[in-house]
Formats: sequence, C-alpha cells, structure tokens
Amino acid sequence: MAEVSLVLRNGRVIDPASGRDEIADVWIADGCIRGVGQGIAPEGATIVDLTGKVVVPGLIDMHVHLREPGREDEETIESGTRAAVRGGFTTVVCMPNTEPAIDTEASVEYVLERARTRGYGRVFPVGAITRGRGGEMLADLGAMVEAGAVAVSDDGSSVENGHLMRRALEYCRMLGVPVAAHCEDALLSQGGVVNEGTVSALLGLNGSPAQAETARVAREILLAELTGGHLHIQHVSTAQSVELIARARDRGVRVTAEATPHHLVLTEDAVRTFDTNAKVNPPLREERDREAVREGLRMGAIDAIATDHAPHAREEKEVEFDEAAFGLLGLETAVGLVLTELVAPGVLTLTEAVRLLSLGPAQVLGLDLGTLGPGKPADVTVLDLDEMWTVEPDGFESRSKNTPFAGWQLTGRPIGALVDGRFVMWKGEVRRFGEEVPCASSDAAC
Amino acid sequence: MILKSRHLLGLEHIQPEEIQLMLDTAESFREVSEREIPKVPALRGKTIVNYFAEPSTRTRVSFELAEKRLSADTVSISTSGSSAVKGESLRDTALNLQAMHIDMIVVRHKASGAPHFLADHVDVPVVNAGDGCHEHPTQGLLDLLSIRDHFGRLDGLKVAIIGDIAHSRVARSLIWGLTRMGVEVSVCAPATLIPLGIRALPCNVLDRVDDAIRDVDVIYILRLQLERQQAGLIPSAREYRRLFGIDRERLRKAKEDVVIMHPGPINRGLELAPDVADGPHSIILDQVTNGVAVRMAVVYLLSGRDGGSELGS
Repeated sequence: MAEVSLVLRNGRVIDPASGRDEIADVWIADGCIRGVGQGIAPEGATIVDLTGKVVVPGLIDMHVHLREPGREDEETIESGTRAAVRGGFTTVVCMPNTEPAIDTEASVEYVLERARTRGYGRVFPVGAITRGRGGEMLADLGAMVEAGAVAVSDDGSSVENGHLMRRALEYCRMLGVPVAAHCEDALLSQGGVVNEGTVSALLGLNGSPAQAETARVAREILLAELTGGHLHIQHVSTAQSVELIARARDRGVRVTAEATPHHLVLTEDAVRTFDTNAKVNPPLREERDREAVREGLRMGAIDAIATDHAPHAREEKEVEFDEAAFGLLGLETAVGLVLTELVAPGVLTLTEAVRLLSLGPAQVLGLDLGTLGPGKPADVTVLDLDEMWTVEPDGFESRSKNTPFAGWQLTGRPIGALVDGRFVMWKGEVRRFGEEVPCASSDAAC
Repeated sequence: MILKSRHLLGLEHIQPEEIQLMLDTAESFREVSEREIPKVPALRGKTIVNYFAEPSTRTRVSFELAEKRLSADTVSISTSGSSAVKGESLRDTALNLQAMHIDMIVVRHKASGAPHFLADHVDVPVVNAGDGCHEHPTQGLLDLLSIRDHFGRLDGLKVAIIGDIAHSRVARSLIWGLTRMGVEVSVCAPATLIPLGIRALPCNVLDRVDDAIRDVDVIYILRLQLERQQAGLIPSAREYRRLFGIDRERLRKAKEDVVIMHPGPINRGLELAPDVADGPHSIILDQVTNGVAVRMAVVYLLSGRDGGSELGS
C-alpha cells in the first residue's frame, strides 16, 4: 500500500518544543510528522499551500465539559468535539462531572468508545477522585487510569476532606497521573455567585471572596509537598493563588496550573449588567487578579490555557442571576480571544500562546503530543492571524450558546486542524476522519 | 417634562433632573390623596401588574393605592418562593404577562437583578419594587421627598444610615439618590454587615454610632433581620441593641433638630426604641404617606405622561 503523504507548504511553522519559528514545510506521512524544513517535495505527496498562515502543534484543551452522559441536551461528545476542532483543538480532556459521574473503569471506557465512534479529534477522560464526586470515598483510581483516564479530579467542587485529598495525591503519585483540583473552600465561598468586592457590593449579590480559592490552593500545595504527588490547579483566578503556585514551584513542589481565557480577558465588570453568561465558578475577579494571572503565564507559573468549556441549556441561563448555572463556552472562542486580547496587545508572544495551548498541557498530562517533532503524531492546527470575525453563538457547533463574548469582533482564528495527519477541520468545516483532504495538490489556493 | 428612563430599575443610573421631576410630580399628586374622592383619571384604561414574588405588605398596598388613585386597572400577583418552586420560570411569567397586553409591571423579587431580567424580556416599562439586596428605588425616592419636605431642600444636608448595609436594598437606593442630590451620606453598622466592596458606593463608613450621628441632619435606621444572628454575622440581638440601637439616651449626642427615619417594619426596642420611633424627631409616618405619592408619580411618568402638564385635573 502506498504511503499516505502530505506536505503543508510554506506556512509559518511555530513549534515551541524546538523553538522553531520560520517559514517551512511540514511533511506528514502515515499519520506522523516526517520532518519540517525548507523545500520538502516528496514524490506523490498531496500539497497544501499555507502561505501566509501559521502552522502549530495541534491545540490541546485540558479542561472541557462534554456533558455526556447525562446532559446530552447541552452537549454530547460528538457536538463537543466538533466544537473543539472548529475551535482549533485537536485534543480535549473532559471532566468527570457528568450524570452519573465518570468514576469507574466502565464509564471511562464509555467515554472513550463514544469518542471513537462519534468524536472528532482526540478525547482523554478525567476520572473522579471520589465515588460519585461525593467527597467521601476514593473512586477506583487505578482501574480508571488503566482504562485511559489521564488525570483525576472532582472538578465542580473541591474535596473538602483534607485527609482524603492527601490520600488521593499519594495514590496518584503511584499511578503517575496528576490530581487536578478545583480549589474552593465552600465554607468561605458561602454560595457566592460573583466575586466578593465592588460588583457584589453594587449589585447586592452574594459574593465569594478570592480567599475561598486561595486558601484551598494553599492547602493543596501543602499536601502535594507532603506527599510528593502531582497537583494540578484548575482555573486559577486570583493574584494570591498565582503567587502561592509560583513560590511552591520555586521550592520544587510538583504543582502545575491552568488559566481560562475568560479569567485572562474579563473582569467582574462583565457581570455589572446581571449577564448570567458571565456567571462562572471561580467568578470573574478584579483587574489586579487578571493582571497577575497574565503574569503567571509569562513567568511560567501557569502551564496551560484551558477553557473550562461549560455548555448550559438556555433555560439554565435565562433565569434570575442567583439561580443561573455557573459556566460558559470556551472551545470556539478561545483561540480568537487569545490572539486578539493577549497576543495582539503583546501580553504573550505568539510562541508563548501556542505553548500554553499545546505543549504546556501535554506536559502536564504526560501526553506525547503538542510538538511537531519528527515521528510524533501529526496533530496540527493551522491559524489565520489576520481573519476578522464576529462571535455569533447561533453558528456554534456546540449545542449550547452560553457565551459572554457574543458580538465580539476578533482577529485571528483557526482555519485548519489535522489529527493523525488527516484533516478534521478546514475553513470552519468539520469532517470525519478518513474523509479526503480538502485541497488537491493542484489546487494551491483552496 | 417627561422621564428619559424607560424603566425604574434603580437610582444608581438615574440623573438628578429625573429625580427632581419625580419628586416634584409626587408633590403635586400628594394633594390628590387628600381629596374627598382621591382619584384622578390620568391612567384610565392602563393595566398595571404588581408582581410580588416575595412577601410584602406595605410596598404592595402602597403601589396598589397609587395605581388606583390614578384610575389604572391593577392586578396583583403574590407568590413566594423561587421560580423553581412555582414551576414556571421568570421568563415565561414575563412572556405570559406581556401576551395579555398589559402596560406596566411592578416587580418585587428576592433575586437581585430580577427586574432587569424582566426589562430585557418584555416591552413595557418595569418598576423595581425591591430586588434582593440590590435596590428599592421608590423607597429611596419617598425618603428623598420626606427629607426635602422637612428641610425644604436636599443639597448640603448630611444623612447617617445605621444598620445592615450589606443586605439592604433600601441603603443602596438611598446612597445613590441622596448623593445625586448633593447630600453627604455616612453609613454605620457592625463590620460584618458592611459589604467588602463598600468603597464602590459614594459614602463614608463609620464604626461607632455616636460618631455617625453627631453632626447629621437625618438618622436613617435600617431594620435588622434576625436571621443575621443565625448566619454568624452578629453575636446577638442584645449586643446589637447595645452597640447600634438608637434610643433617647443616644439621641442626646445628635443635633437637636435631627430627624429619625426608618423604612419599616420596625423591630421596636431593637434597632429603634419605641419612644424615639413615636417621638417628635420621627417622620416615619410621613414616609408612608409620601410612598403613595411617589409611586403615583413613578407609574404616571413611566406611562410616558408629561410631568409638567397640569396634574390631577
């Protein structure tokens, strides 16, 4: 059988793992990166001309909610992964707060099987730390990891019991996977629906102080230090959390962290109009927090930008603010927001942004992805840095529409995504594995 | 003059001229209530729905009287509990009301922002009759009117608000309304009942009641909800009375002509001693009278009626 060979020609290739940032060709054969260089022209290869475009490792979103099983009206593995590849993410890591929770080997296998038959791109499940995410007894962590879980988390709530968290960290050190922690001291957050501060005072809404997150970050860091386990802090939102993480890393604690595009772009001002689409947990914070989280990305205290993509049905958002569900969509806006709000103004270099969206999360999870190195799986994302577009939720692949970014004008978006060397998205059109390449070799303009 | 705002959701974003217009209009309506037949045909044929999704007696009655004295047709819906308990979402309630061709909605709701939500979903004016811990603009306006009546002006006065600022929609509306009209506002409460973000509100914060009441023209006392004790926010009612209660003894430290106000209902003997509530400094019942007049003015003006034209004839 002839080798399937593809060349992505003349794009600006950015590969943070090697430090490469140059106009080059990427040669893909049999689903793997064969090489990157100038003037590669293997015989019989399909050529896709990417002059003026940017070619980066396939993007990884290490924090999404696909809602299946349980809330298929909001998202499914199929619709969520369509949204992912549309948004330039070739890999997503899905959280276990489904109904029922992903807390057994069988439920991990269910997600993987569903992803194989209905999904687009790669899906890696996260298993629950505790049975039913109840916070009382450890789930079968080893069995879930053997079935394919890449981390464990009770995301959506914090493990209140410090002893149990300690045991989870110890046990997962043995298993070689991170414990991903949603950090929130529920007694301090007191059911707050926004950040406690200016906006809660003005609107008379119950606020959750930044310390509800930071106090729990502190406890988890101390437990990681005690146990030697790998702690991953999810959706960091406060200045003091960033500081604690940076200091812990300095003294060698195994702690990694992620931040969301919405905490990097918005502040609590976004809820000034009672916009329930900006109601999220942890809540949007103050300017100084946003600045500190941005600084955390730059100084390497935070490893990944992860969206916390949280689809919600309209009837869960079109209600009184107090009663609205927490969370917002991320997959289809993340790249545009990062390019427009962080890269264009110089908060991050393009290479830094690409690292935080690919190699960074791959390294946190120990995935052999996030690079264009020779022999690696050919997961590639193609960006157009110049395309101007407007966020229109009605056009989303996601089954839900809950975004506070509707109507935003963004510059730059993903225009192509390949998994194992095959296009799963081209110019916004999502396609199954195995469907043919979008452009014939003679059709360079496509 | 007509009102620029389409809704009355709060006083934070209302301009001084609009406040002035509402107070002036209320003043002319006050006379209507004193007539032998206290009724004018100003809003004949208009239908106003009073949607009270939280228990309330005085505010609901005050709105109903105001609407009836303007000859509007009124329907009052009282329901307690959340939309979830009721089985119908606020959005559906709004759409259903609108489908019945009503002209205005007055809403009281335990959730902050519920009137804003309604205003986004219906195309008739919405009046906030108190939302959660956010605002209670008609209460603020009637308080402004009562103070203006008493002193003949607002500009340059000093007001101290004593009590649970954190959970008070009355306090927020008062702070915005008073400061818009040139009044200097101080607040004083147990530190646990001052919101963390108080600096966002244009007021001074004082810890000691004696300091707060010393130089002010008005002492405005808020009701203490007894559940604040269960929530761990204050040690006991007894201690609250001791540190923050206003009685005759404490009043001696205030100006001689100081005025006492309270939005009601009063916990007599807790935040306010009975003899002070009923004493010569109190204008609490004037507040109630002005409540009807202010609400007449608000629904009248939000109906698009001209406040400068001859009223009540």
